[in-house]
Parts: sequence; structure tokens; C-alpha cells
Amino acid sequence: MAEEKQVATWRVKVGLAQMLKGGVIMDVTSAEEARIAEDAGACAVMALERVPADIRAQGGVARMADPEKILEIMEAVSIPVMAKCRIGHFVEAQVLEALGVDFIDESEVLTPADEEHHIDKHQFKVPFVCGCRNLGEALRRIGEGAAMIRTKGEAGTGNIVEAVRHARAVLGEIRRLQSMRPEELMAEAKKMGAPYELVKEVAETGRLPVVNFAAGGVATPADAALMMQLGVDGIFVGSGIFKSSNPYERAKAIVEATTHYNDPDVIARVSRGLGEAMPGLDVRQLAEAERLATRGW
Amino acid sequence: MTTVGVLALQGDFREHVEVLARLGVEAREVRRADEVDGLDGLIIPGGESTTIGRLAVKYGLVEPIRRFIAAGRPVWGTCAGLIFLARDIGGYDQPLLGVLNVVVERNAFGRQVDSFEVDLSVPALADVTPPEEAERPFRAVFIRAPAVKAVGPGVQVLARLPDGTIVAVRQEHILGTAFHPELTDDTRFHRYFLQMIHAPVGGWRPVTTPTNATRAEE
Repeated sequence: MAEEKQVATWRVKVGLAQMLKGGVIMDVTSAEEARIAEDAGACAVMALERVPADIRAQGGVARMADPEKILEIMEAVSIPVMAKCRIGHFVEAQVLEALGVDFIDESEVLTPADEEHHIDKHQFKVPFVCGCRNLGEALRRIGEGAAMIRTKGEAGTGNIVEAVRHARAVLGEIRRLQSMRPEELMAEAKKMGAPYELVKEVAETGRLPVVNFAAGGVATPADAALMMQLGVDGIFVGSGIFKSSNPYERAKAIVEATTHYNDPDVIARVSRGLGEAMPGLDVRQLAEAERLATRGW
Repeated sequence: MTTVGVLALQGDFREHVEVLARLGVEAREVRRADEVDGLDGLIIPGGESTTIGRLAVKYGLVEPIRRFIAAGRPVWGTCAGLIFLARDIGGYDQPLLGVLNVVVERNAFGRQVDSFEVDLSVPALADVTPPEEAERPFRAVFIRAPAVKAVGPGVQVLARLPDGTIVAVRQEHILGTAFHPELTDDTRFHRYFLQMIHAPVGGWRPVTTPTNATRAEE
């Protein structure tokens, strides 16, 4: 009998994302915020120097967080810790892997380091999550080795409209593939710019081969439940928690609304008296250059 | 007809539901206390044990599940589920059912880059393994997995890693695995659990109350 342990297999990478399902992953910028998130029931945290709303407000080049900050957060909690690297910046990803983070987000929220290529994620032991706006983009990222997918939404806006658009695009395109005849799939793969084998697999199974979360604009318990009812597997909340007036209560409420997403009585109860949500932005007022979701190729 | 509940607060509960469906068993997702009533068995899935524990307390599921187990109904925890069942998990402050007489170490193998799969020899699966596959090992997937560090009286060890680490245990009608049978196509552990439901073994023997771990109260 083979008794060799095999690490970093595809099943082990996708498996961690499966363990996060039905849960809420929260952006945190300090050990204290990480402990608040864990206490509120987060299934993982994203370690950052600045939340997307601040990155948006402050401008400049946004990079991987200081390793000191990431290690401080890893020390503070027992749940998985994720961290972001820039699109195409495979050395930032190597650094994050060396630090021992549990998941890397190759994220459009940071300033891209490569405007043509994403990271070859198969080369890493640590699993990756990537954003997408449609099915073609999701399957390109999975083809490169992403073990988890999320909608891009429009980070740092507190506005759910783009996340809804991206989730409907991905899930709607999956339903459309299912209705196609086999000989139509190659042309469709070409049109979507996605690997044929993955297009065929999605047409057969009716779902992505990896876990699919919503991200970018979740600010309320009802936002989280909306995305879950649309058919995603779980929720990322960025600025929505620690930019609100009562982070702990809001974090708990979003966790409960994600579990009981089909139960309006629960969503109503947990939504009461949460105080001010984060200030929102009208996505239509954003100049093209201010849109983060258009980053990624 | 047999109905098996799967605790659906967070984690990979749908993977368990799908395996049960493939085996022709009705599965019910359990999120509220009243959904525990009438089940023949309960699976507590993988996920984040802190999240599952806190939501179980918040939604008043801890006492109904303890009563369900005390009534002799089979329960099986995988990974986070094993942690939630355990009597003792060391220094962590998180809600536990405290019904399985073992000491469990969380994240016993390190962080995600240390997660692994390995072939296990599990003699207890003989009854659910076809004779021609008698030598077939069980491919076990460990994800930021816990390990059983010590077992109390009445706990049978079902599987160990090659280095001796205990990774599957049974205490009468309580089953715990540190790994995730629901992530593979091998349904033998699910069939083993279903056998426990059809043929309950003996009665309920109370175990000691949680000691240094937080006792979960509503």
C-alpha cells in the first residue's frame, strides 16, 4: 500500500475552498480586527494593510501587504488566513506562500503588475482565488490553476450591483452551456476565450469545477443573502464590516444571514438596529479608470 | 425510509448530501433546532469548527443535538465535525458538544500548504468492502486537519496514519474522522455510518463533562 503523503494536490487545494462554503470571509487590517471577525463567526479572514474603500480613496500603487502585518494576523486567529497579491506578480505570491498563508487572492483590488498575464497558479502549493466578471474569465483563471473563484463586483463601493451582474453572468452562462449541443461547445469556448475541456465539463455538470463566492460591494445582511439566493457558495465582505458604525454586530449579522439565506424572518431579525452601513458609491459615477473590475485579462 | 440529517450551518454539507443521495438515502439539511426531530442519524460536516460551533449555540442546536445523541442516535463528525464532538480540544475557547471521549488537536498538521492526502488501512470497513477489493486502502483527504491525541475508555481506534497518529475513532454510536470521505468517490465510510444507523450497538453511556473547553450553553 502506498503510504506516501501527497501535499498540494488539486483535491487538497479545492478542498479548503469547499470547507469555506456557506461562510463569510472578512477583510481585516489588524490582529484586533481579525479576532473580532473570528468571534463573529468568519470562516476565514483576508489580511490587508488597507481595505478597498481606503485604497480607492487614497489612490497610488496598491501592493501586497507588509509581511509583518500578515504574520501578526496569522498569529491572532485559528481560522484560515488569506492575503492578496497583484495580478501577475508571481514573486509577491512566492512571498505569501513562504509566509504560510492558507490562500492567495490574485486580486484586481491591488494595482496589476502585468497587463497581459496572470500567475501560473499550478506552480504553487498554496491554493489561489481569483475574481471574474463572466464565465469565460472564471474558466481562464481555473485553467491557470485557481482553486476558487469569486465575482469581482466593484470593491470598496458598498454597492452590490456589480456583484449581482457578475454572478448572474457566470450562472446564466452555465445554464446556457447546458442547453447547447456538444458540437456547439468548441465554438462557444472560442467565443468565451475559455479552455475547451473546462467548457465541456461545465456543460455536462452544470456547475463550476471549483467553489464560487460573491465579492465586491456586500454591505448588509440582505446583500449577502441576495448573493446566496442567486446561487453562490459563500461571501467575501471587504470594506462593508470595518467601515460600518458597529463592525462586530454587522459581522455577526452577515454571518447569520449567509447561513439562513433562505429564511427572511432571520434576515429581518439580524438586520435590525445595526447602525450605519458603510457609505456607498454609485458605480455609474465612477470614471472608467476608477473601476477595479476591469483589471484582469 | 431512513432520513439522515446534515448540519448545514457552514462547510461542505452539500458534499455529504450528494453522497447520501447517491446511496439512495434521504438527506435533510439541518439549520434549526426543530429540524433535528425525526432524524435517524446526523452528520456534522467539515468547515470551520469555530463558525459551526458559534452558529450552533446561537440557533439553540447544541442541546437538541446532545439529546439526540444521548437517545442513542448515530452521529458522525468529519474534520470540524470531529472537533465539535470532542470532549477536549486543548486551549481553544469555542463551543463543543463534548460527547466523544477524546482529546483532539486542531490544525495538528500545520497550515494549508501542509494539507495532504494519503492511503489508509481501515479494517473496520471490511463489512462494506466487496471481497474482490479487500486490500483496497481508503484514500483520505486531510485539510488543515485535526488529529486525535488521546482516547478515553470506550473509544475504539479505526484508523491511524503510518506514523501512528489516530485519525478515525468510534465510541458506540459516535463516529469521528479527521479527514473528509465526502471529498472522494469512495462511499465506504458513508455506508459504514448507514450500517450504524440500521444496527445500533448497545445503549448510551454518558461521558465526562467538558473540562477545560468551553461548555456550549444557549
